[in-house]
Amino acid sequence: MHLDRLELVDFRSYARAELALGPGVRVLVGANAQGKTNLLEAIHYLSVGASHRVALDAPLVRAGREAAVIRAGARVDAGTRALSVELELRASGRNRARVNGQPQPRVGDAIGRIRSVLFAPEDLTLVRGDPSDRRRFLDDLLGQRRPAYLVARQEYERVLRQRNALLRQVRAGQRGDTLDEWTAALVRSGAALLAARIAVAHALSGPADAAYRELVASAPGGKASGGVRLTYELSTGRGVTAEPGFGVPDVGGLAAELQAGVAAVAPAERERGLTLVGPHRDDLILHVGELPAKGFASQGESWSLALALRLASREVLREVGEDPIVLLDDVFAELDDGRRARLADRCEEFEQVLVTAAVDADVPLEGPRHAVLGGAVTSEPVARESLSRGDDHTMPT
Amino acid sequence: MYEGPIQDLIEEFGRLPGVGPKSAQRLAFHVLTMDAADAERLARALVAVKEKVRFCVRCFNVSEQDECRICRDARRDPSLLCVVEEPRDLMAIEKTGEFRGRYHVLGGAISPIDGVGPDQLRVAELFARLGEEDITEVVLATNPNSEGEATASYLARTLKAMEVAVSRIASGLPVGGDLEYADEVTLGRAFAGRRAL
Repeated sequence: MHLDRLELVDFRSYARAELALGPGVRVLVGANAQGKTNLLEAIHYLSVGASHRVALDAPLVRAGREAAVIRAGARVDAGTRALSVELELRASGRNRARVNGQPQPRVGDAIGRIRSVLFAPEDLTLVRGDPSDRRRFLDDLLGQRRPAYLVARQEYERVLRQRNALLRQVRAGQRGDTLDEWTAALVRSGAALLAARIAVAHALSGPADAAYRELVASAPGGKASGGVRLTYELSTGRGVTAEPGFGVPDVGGLAAELQAGVAAVAPAERERGLTLVGPHRDDLILHVGELPAKGFASQGESWSLALALRLASREVLREVGEDPIVLLDDVFAELDDGRRARLADRCEEFEQVLVTAAVDADVPLEGPRHAVLGGAVTSEPVARESLSRGDDHTMPT
Repeated sequence: MYEGPIQDLIEEFGRLPGVGPKSAQRLAFHVLTMDAADAERLARALVAVKEKVRFCVRCFNVSEQDECRICRDARRDPSLLCVVEEPRDLMAIEKTGEFRGRYHVLGGAISPIDGVGPDQLRVAELFARLGEEDITEVVLATNPNSEGEATASYLARTLKAMEVAVSRIASGLPVGGDLEYADEVTLGRAFAGRRAL
């Protein structure tokens, strides 16, 4: 799919913005803190129902306003059909959504119609951050691929909170008559999450390896022979190495493993008042060659690996449904010339890719440019020469 | 801030579940414009509900007498007992006309977060009834969420030891709904609970 129109009202720094878009490459050029990322953030919000930068909606609404509006017009089914999604984010109170002009009873029904994959500087945490960053990566991808996954995850989190509350009461000397029931619920809902996460890790492994090799291929001193390997590490200590083409894991077997895992840590759980086994304590271990990426990968390798994971997400998403829009926030400046060129080659195959950059010359891609300055963006593309001259593109008010 | 009684009324309405500050204000000003007789009837109804409504000594449904209308009704099947969380759930089942047995209202569901375990519910009373009454089947009709399921499996575990037939209401797809719109958890349960035709 591709967007042909994006309109923002009172979103972040934008009082009003309108962009005429089209298939292929678009580059949003502007100095730092002018509002480039906000444009990508708005598109990605429509895909996942959350910002990649803040947990709450309130900061997304322009200061002093009650609501922000994101309106996107897209072409789907190989450009033959129009799709429009409108989302109203309220600083307080319930958000509202329309799809093709029709109000949606639940905002969730509008989320995910616009599919996108975002790569942002924050993604370095996929490699260097905590296990929770990598679990969220898998969960967000699963949520976009199968919205029902989010329902299953909410159920698991609810059960987990109940079980933890009961374990705290047991630690404090109260009776835990219903611990068996909560353990059974944890095992049942936990095994469903595990099966989905392991399946998506399998699906990611091939594309992530291919994308990484492609990016670093002939980089000077690059470990061309060392590919990327993903291992889903369960809280029981077992690691499942992801292999391309692997089918759906056996839910019954995973449930039995969780049940045995919980039994093994029962005394420790009662002592600490905390559930110690389950998908909330798992990790996705990333290897480059023989070494774990966390702690061993250089800045450049980490950057390329995080980017490869996002590019692999695109492959996983496009297995079912529309081709996602690729959003690259400030990525070219971080890459050397070789990697820039190879990423640019890759961009040529995407139906639509929106790229932000502080310096136009950093992006070795042909394609229309929009200028972003002081919370405004030119609705139509501008001439590239004017960007390097630093012309003032402030929108007429 | 308004002065005196109107502000008091706004604050009282605002304490009710599902009533925000703006609705509370609208309700309070509506009461202000009501006939004195209507306002008085509302006030009397509020007082009466606290003074006169009690809980049935047998099943803990809301009742005006010691025993509720259903427990007094000799036409109900005394061998069938349906366990629900709240009186509202009982009313919902009554409206279906499908169930002709009697009820037992637990007064909630097991929820450690809220400090609710079996001792905070009318669980001991339920087990006592099985000793006193001639009950052959217990239908567990707690809500199909995490707390309701945990409550049902806890009760089932204990009831089975008391040699009584235990069943759980089916959960699955809403009638008139579309399969494609069902969430994965609901559809998964509908599959697990499928029946032969």
